[in-house]
Amino acid sequence: MIERTPILNILTHLILAVGAVLMLLPMWIAFVAASHDITAVNTAPVEMWPGPHLIANLREAWALSDFGQKFINTFIVAFAVVTGKITIACITAFSIVFFDYRGRMFIFWAIFITLMLPLEVRIVPTYAVAANALQPFQVIADSTGISWVINRLTGIELALNWNLLNSYTGLILPLIATATGTFLYRQFFLTIPDELVEAARMDGAGPLRFLRDILIPLSYTNMAALATIMFVYAWNQYLWPLLVITDRANYGLVVVELGNLVPDQFSTGGGTPTWHLAMAATLMVMIPPILIVILMQRWFVRGLINTDK
Amino acid sequence: MRRAMFKTSWVAFALVAPQLLIIFVFFYWPAAQALYWAFTLEQPWGGGNTWVGFQNFSNVLSDAYYWTSVRASFLFAIGSTALAMGMALILALFVDRQLRGYKAWRVAVIWPYAIAAPAVGLAFRFVFNPNAGLFSYINTIFPGLWDPTSSGAQALVMVTIAGAWKLVSYNFIFFLAALQSIPRSLTEAAAMDGSGVLRRMWDIQLPLMTPTFFFLLVINITDSFTDSFGIVDTLTGGGPARATDLMVYKIYSDGFRGFDYSGAAAQSIILMILVVALTFIQFRYVERRVHYT
Repeated sequence: MIERTPILNILTHLILAVGAVLMLLPMWIAFVAASHDITAVNTAPVEMWPGPHLIANLREAWALSDFGQKFINTFIVAFAVVTGKITIACITAFSIVFFDYRGRMFIFWAIFITLMLPLEVRIVPTYAVAANALQPFQVIADSTGISWVINRLTGIELALNWNLLNSYTGLILPLIATATGTFLYRQFFLTIPDELVEAARMDGAGPLRFLRDILIPLSYTNMAALATIMFVYAWNQYLWPLLVITDRANYGLVVVELGNLVPDQFSTGGGTPTWHLAMAATLMVMIPPILIVILMQRWFVRGLINTDK
Repeated sequence: MRRAMFKTSWVAFALVAPQLLIIFVFFYWPAAQALYWAFTLEQPWGGGNTWVGFQNFSNVLSDAYYWTSVRASFLFAIGSTALAMGMALILALFVDRQLRGYKAWRVAVIWPYAIAAPAVGLAFRFVFNPNAGLFSYINTIFPGLWDPTSSGAQALVMVTIAGAWKLVSYNFIFFLAALQSIPRSLTEAAAMDGSGVLRRMWDIQLPLMTPTFFFLLVINITDSFTDSFGIVDTLTGGGPARATDLMVYKIYSDGFRGFDYSGAAAQSIILMILVVALTFIQFRYVERRVHYT
């Protein structure tokens, strides 16, 4: 706006500076704590400027929590969840938008309603399902008499069992369903002009060909937007991996490891709290998603705003 | 909805099948299971579950600890929503003036979105630590004034601030997007009529942001009720003396530490009803402004 408001401009910067300080201060203090040794961290006036021990603390925290394998695991899981969510959102939305069959609106709503069932709310029974992912089908087979028929015909006792605990599948599969992703893709597909589909059909393309050669290339911006928010989501998962993985040495994730680093009587045995290591580990765990958010800011903001409408 | 373009074949069903299977196994089945457990009680020596009607619910609702938890959850939800939305709104309004260097301020507010809830909890645990953190200053002047490890009220304030801090970025992004979608001609016309920057914020920008405001209000409250586990677990562990034992955390601890599946299921159902009610309100507001073409 073309107007001179020098006092208000200074005030604006002042307010924004206060806001930025409030947002940065907690993490700055954590960063500073990670760069001091154990005595400096635990003496009363909190340190405000970095000390010389950052690298040493990072190394020690890395070794203490055995982060090597856990970072690899977290990357595997985050990558798989992002790929899985995008794939499944894309193909589901494609089927709902471009085919005409009874119940496609019902399917859309059935997926959309899952937004109202966050994992935290249904955690106990979901965990029970993870112990045997085929349990629902077993119960259905038993109650409808299919098990009995199979038993009579073949002599085999039907016992479906697929344990997802302590596996990558258990970490990834339940997180792949995505109402927001499906919604985003549906909205995008609805903007595709009919002429494009007609042209493709005239050239003899079937539905899968059309999806692969025309829709997917057109949806790259959508994918980038969705991928950034889903990566942050997958990386930051805490409650689900906490329950599903008991074999932390092989399948542990970095974010879950933070729960073990809380310096209370359990971890230090009444000794001096190891804040410097806890903060060093926190820093390392935070870095990958922060980089994604800052480097891909444009895509990330777009993804967030488009999915949550 | 558009007219269909391809002849329905097995392809259509093969494409929706994976997602339907996953939501059936991991969403609808557990939700039904929670309903089943909430109305039954497992026999101590096996032999399946017996129907007990609303007994689990009356047990939960007559438990004084449950009401402490409900009270703490509401205080947390209202407190963190108010703090986060207020701060995000002010920052968005001033960033939107697009003075020199506003992009740097924007990044400074956005990046905390990326931080995992348990990491926020752990960092704030140090920041608010009475012996070593930021508030140790207060304690060197007035010894014992700040101690969230023994004062329940202070612990709840601490959790609320941490929860609000985590929500600010999200709200900020939405407020900023809402501000940028306001036609420039409107604010320019107001400026020609002689209204100043603050007057334009109050009379033009704020009223035009009401849909976003209501949308965020509902999202923030729902989020505070369902997504506070990570923060509570690393920040206070529900303590001291259950002062920060929020509803989500109580479901987890009753179910997995107390092995009270029926009680946890009844609590889940109550929380689900709350979330569904909030989502319903959201739809009433959101439906009014979303247009499909």
